[in-house]
Amino acid sequence: MTRFLLRRLLLALPALLGLLVLTFVLLRVVPSDPSTALAGENATPEQIAAIRKAYGFDQPLWRQFVVYVGQVLTGDFGNSIFTEQPVLGDITRRLPATVELVLAALLFATGVGIPLGVLAAVYYNSSFDHAVRIVTVGGLAIAPFWFAIILQLVFAMDLDWLPLRGRIPVGMPPPPTVTGLYLIDSLVAGRFDLLTTAARHMLLPAFTLSLGSLASITRFTRAGMLETLQKDFVAYEKAAGYPERRVIWVYVLRNSLVATTTQIGLLFGALIAGAVAVETIYDWPGIGSYAVQAILTSDYKAILAVTLVVGVIYAAVNIAVDIVHALLDPRVAEQL
Amino acid sequence: MSGTDTALLEIRDLSVAVGTDEGTASILDGVNLRLTPGSIHGVVGESGCGKSTLIKAILGLLPARGRATEGSITLQGRALLAAGQKSAAQSARGRDIGFIPQDPLLALNPVFRVGDQLREAMWQYGMSADDPQRNQPRAVRRRVYDQRLVELLRAVQLPDPEQALQRYPHQFSGGQRQRLLIAAALACGPQIVLADEPTTALDVTTQLQILKLLRQLARERGLSMLFVTHDFGVVAQLCDTVTVMYAGQTIESGPVAATMSNPRHPYTRMLLACHPERSQELKGIPGAVPSPLRAPSGCRFHPRCPEMVADCQRARPEAVSGAARMVACVHCHEVAA
Repeated sequence: MTRFLLRRLLLALPALLGLLVLTFVLLRVVPSDPSTALAGENATPEQIAAIRKAYGFDQPLWRQFVVYVGQVLTGDFGNSIFTEQPVLGDITRRLPATVELVLAALLFATGVGIPLGVLAAVYYNSSFDHAVRIVTVGGLAIAPFWFAIILQLVFAMDLDWLPLRGRIPVGMPPPPTVTGLYLIDSLVAGRFDLLTTAARHMLLPAFTLSLGSLASITRFTRAGMLETLQKDFVAYEKAAGYPERRVIWVYVLRNSLVATTTQIGLLFGALIAGAVAVETIYDWPGIGSYAVQAILTSDYKAILAVTLVVGVIYAAVNIAVDIVHALLDPRVAEQL
Repeated sequence: MSGTDTALLEIRDLSVAVGTDEGTASILDGVNLRLTPGSIHGVVGESGCGKSTLIKAILGLLPARGRATEGSITLQGRALLAAGQKSAAQSARGRDIGFIPQDPLLALNPVFRVGDQLREAMWQYGMSADDPQRNQPRAVRRRVYDQRLVELLRAVQLPDPEQALQRYPHQFSGGQRQRLLIAAALACGPQIVLADEPTTALDVTTQLQILKLLRQLARERGLSMLFVTHDFGVVAQLCDTVTVMYAGQTIESGPVAATMSNPRHPYTRMLLACHPERSQELKGIPGAVPSPLRAPSGCRFHPRCPEMVADCQRARPEAVSGAARMVACVHCHEVAA
């Protein structure tokens, strides 16, 4: 197991380096010059040229890259053009908001998606199964940015049940930082008023973000269940007198979850990508909205750092998925 | 073979039909079978004769579109199945009926420890009908159940029975897994054990060991067993009595020795002749078991029968019963005990 983890971590390094190269090159082939952005609106061509020289933009691309990677390795991600703060500080401040949003969405998607998938498989081809199929196709087809606006219109504007945007109301002090996740921090502080407020703010964005994953998890669980239900051991377990519910929810489900966990690992990428849109619409102060801002202002250091952080998270999640695999299936564990 | 009223398992005139897209298939047609306590009863016939459906009917696990149209199944006087009614077998599975499946490699759940799977029925039903442990706390029950399982695993001659419960199915060989499943079938102290071709999936030497084990267990523990097989050789080694099935019908039954030395139904004779040990040349039965969708009229064997006469096509032959034997063939007018 330790050797497996070590190997996976070592394999993640070249992947992350590749990601960085790709982002670096892509940032430079698009026709936007960071020196113009740095110089400001009223800069003369001479000023821009000076900045280009000062920041090393006149150097060959590969040398700029080597310099950048060297800085990153010492923990220096540079300063943001827009906020004029160290990029790393910006990201650490904003990351908990995204983590909380993504986790809430994922928790909802698995907590609802897995039971839905199980029931759809057990009642295969029933009207319930058909209803689930229609809803999940809808969940996959609906564009989150459109759905977010509809939810805002209905639940925030028309009915006035839920807040329109933000993590907590403007001006309200957040709970003392322990994890950076407001729901957990307000629980730790015993501030149940804050907990409700934060939860009410969380509801619409998390639901919007979860929709695609919910549909995907439901479908994968259903397919996995249907496949497992055909296995000989299910017939044996029934014949041997295992209670029907235990057969379905314990013995069949655990076999089926292998496919679902793989899917959850892959979904994490989609969730973070989705967070970019959802955070922007709901004005959620996470790294998604930060990334949008960085792109709009050609804030290349911020873009690179966000990409790298997201890449690290994605790699870590997929290593975690492999560990969960091993926990679910002893045969996988033996191969690690 | 006396005592006509002491049947442990009694199946009377059982007919099972399964709806298919092409029409209704008559899988079982007027099946009769009795099993006396403490005996091993073989059910023998070619593939597609309805042997597995018979087991499923007893367990109350007929396919979704299958139902009993006629007859009944009684286990120790209690009705498990009556025509047109919902099966009452659910509470008997695991508790009163132990089940040994056909393929031990596929029957165990790959991602759970053997102990978790073998304990499962005991959590539900305890170790016997009047288990004093039933109301004990879980930890106490678990200890007692594990003791019981280790004792059973020793009885089925599994190596390292103490460690076996902690291991996973893939860490055992096919023969060892069949031993695990035999132990599982005995865990709740069932009244009867159903074995569905339990040696078919194993290699020949392992088959022999498993048969020996089953015979020994049956003798030591006074087990009653219904043993389904396509192999008369297995019947000869293991069983006390036998029922021969053809195309969903029971066509001959009786004590193994008498039936094998003096088979009365042409199908039984031909099935016995197929066994390589019993004949010099390799014989087969021409033709194939008919599809249950298009069962022949009269005696279902008549299209393949060398002794077929006109009457065979007209009506199903009356079953002729002696004290312990039964034959359903027009050529048979009486059977000796």
